[in-house]
Amino acid sequence: MSSTKTIQDFTSQEYKWGFVTAVDEDRIPKGLNEDVIRLISAKKEEPEFMLEWRLKAYRHWAAQEKAQAEPRWANVKFGPINYQDIVYYSAPKKKPTVKSLEEIDPEILRTYEKLGIPLEEQKRLSGVAVDAVFDSVSVATTFKEKLAEKGVIFCSFSEAVRNHPELVKKYLGSVVPYTDNFFASLNSAVFSDGSFVYVPKGVRCPMELSTYFRINASETGQFERTLIIADEGAYVSYLEGCTAPIRDENQLHAAVVELVALDNAQIKYSTVQNWYPGDKEGRGGIYNFVTKRGKCLGVNSKISWTQVETGSAITWKYPSCILMGDNSIGEFYSVAVTNNYQQADTGTKMIHMGKNTRSTVVSKGISAGHGQNTYRGLVKIQKGATGARNYTQCDSLLIGDKCGAHTFPYIEVKNSTARMEHEASTSKIGEDQIFYLRQRGLSAEEAVSMIINGFCKQVFRELPMEFAVEAQKLLGISLEGSVG
Amino acid sequence: MSMLEIKNLHASVNNHEILRGIDLTVNAGEVHSIMGPNGSGKSTLAQVLARRETYEIAQGEVLLNGKDLLAMKPEEAAGEGLFVAFQYPVEVPGISNAYFLRAALNAIRKYRGQEELDAMDFLPLLKEKMRLLDMDERFLNRPVNEGFSGGEKKRNEIVQMAVLEPRLAILDETDSGLDIDALKIVANGVNSLRSPDRAMVVVTHYQRLLNHIVPDYVHVLVDGRIAKSGGPELALELEEKGYAWAEPEAAISK
Repeated sequence: MSSTKTIQDFTSQEYKWGFVTAVDEDRIPKGLNEDVIRLISAKKEEPEFMLEWRLKAYRHWAAQEKAQAEPRWANVKFGPINYQDIVYYSAPKKKPTVKSLEEIDPEILRTYEKLGIPLEEQKRLSGVAVDAVFDSVSVATTFKEKLAEKGVIFCSFSEAVRNHPELVKKYLGSVVPYTDNFFASLNSAVFSDGSFVYVPKGVRCPMELSTYFRINASETGQFERTLIIADEGAYVSYLEGCTAPIRDENQLHAAVVELVALDNAQIKYSTVQNWYPGDKEGRGGIYNFVTKRGKCLGVNSKISWTQVETGSAITWKYPSCILMGDNSIGEFYSVAVTNNYQQADTGTKMIHMGKNTRSTVVSKGISAGHGQNTYRGLVKIQKGATGARNYTQCDSLLIGDKCGAHTFPYIEVKNSTARMEHEASTSKIGEDQIFYLRQRGLSAEEAVSMIINGFCKQVFRELPMEFAVEAQKLLGISLEGSVG
Repeated sequence: MSMLEIKNLHASVNNHEILRGIDLTVNAGEVHSIMGPNGSGKSTLAQVLARRETYEIAQGEVLLNGKDLLAMKPEEAAGEGLFVAFQYPVEVPGISNAYFLRAALNAIRKYRGQEELDAMDFLPLLKEKMRLLDMDERFLNRPVNEGFSGGEKKRNEIVQMAVLEPRLAILDETDSGLDIDALKIVANGVNSLRSPDRAMVVVTHYQRLLNHIVPDYVHVLVDGRIAKSGGPELALELEEKGYAWAEPEAAISK
């Protein structure tokens, strides 16, 4: 039947970001040992404290590796990863710190143009500053001066280590310690770059900040680290996007993101993740094993995660909030799409510690093809969290009859004043719905788009405008106009 | 040229023949009513005309304004001016009525090579049509049919019809599930859309709808064939004598 065919067509669109950029790479040999850690640290001209921290992380990770403690509890299947067969550092041959865009390899500039992220400031939307991370290093950060006027620091992680060591020392590992989990330990040992943001007291960041991650080199892993600190009363909205070339082998991406919100501060973190998902038979694709966590350290602080996960062969991530400050708020809005042989095990943890803390979880899983989509969430109300509240909603949409949706909600309550709500639903995209919309004049593709768009609406409306557009392109759907 | 011309239409689902040779001609400006007992094929006829692909067409021809309807996709038929008010309108969660209807209207306008309407032009139009069906403006932003009562869904179908301004409208048991007040509102809405260049086919089980929407012709569908045709008085006769009265003729013609 043609509407079934439509669904197939819709879910089998090709990956459009799969090209490779020809640049000279400065890459180190495959393999991981203490010398590699020292080499990475030396290449980045890091202070001693950073190297020490990396080495501690490496030793912790190596012990776990030896004990075969790589986590396998998630509802995903993958073969053994040979950690000695990965290149841990690859950078375009150029000074990693560029003073102006003229110093960047024009091939890289063209890459970002092709991805729709022009780095020349005059071409950018004036409302967004971008940090572009290409393989292991940050190649450009736009609008730095303008942000500096407000005291906002937005730079690559490497620069932050050199120029703001006191902030890095204070907050690095304060939310995700290097002992946190296997992949976080690995990242702590080998992370090569990432973004750093500090918004000072009382400042509302004047523009959206964004990082665009691009994996280009083959056989490399990408291990970036992002640290965002919103000081008292500060506000920042941060966006990240990711793409990678089409390759037959699996590539490992193990990132760590740490957010810290002090009193009355607010951080909004949005992700559109579109790493290469592998081909129709499930060959290749990125293993996206990521640890993201925010700490609402101060009173009345708020951290909000919004993610649209369409890429990667395997996604394993749980952007979480530790709600320490009284009256602090955590939010998680997620759309996760698995198609072909993609697997996702994603969700969140909301840890309520402070009084009257509130959290909202809205998860929308879409499974198509042979995709397997798992929501895994933990809501934990600690003893001291008097008056805590949580609302969780997990909806799954199935497209076709070979995919799967799974839900694992964990709830731990240690304070009897807590109020918890959990709603879940599973539905199948209906022939009836498609037919109804087609009778009203919409094409089959438009009908499917509209149904999926409606399903994801609660999440899309949390995205900043610029990203809503990208998310819309990604799902091949048209977002709602100004009516309705 | 007739608006709709059905010639010897046979349709089946899972090799079970439901329509067994329908002949029907509907001209512009006319209102036809198709009545019949449960399982006679009334809804199948509506679905086949709407180009639902679950049905196999074994034989026959259907022309919509002279064009081969059976070669059209559902959205093409809509573009050509066909509208079906469904018996069980589906819900589309997360998509507001206003957004959905503007998308539908613009898809049809695009099909006809007309310019698309922006929100500023569209909203007043929609509000006007909603007033016609006595629907509260809060329905503008409510997701399509989600959480609507049975009557609200039916009224919403007629609002859609009013906005899309079809040339041929098929109303499939629009009266089922309506109380008498709602029935009057829906019938008034439908009557206001009667025009010399528009035709309607009203499929119904009961005569009571035809007190409010008076048809020019009534056809009785029995066992996949039109067993009797006549004027509005045929509906009254049926009401009195029951469908069994119309059946023998169909049995004879087998």
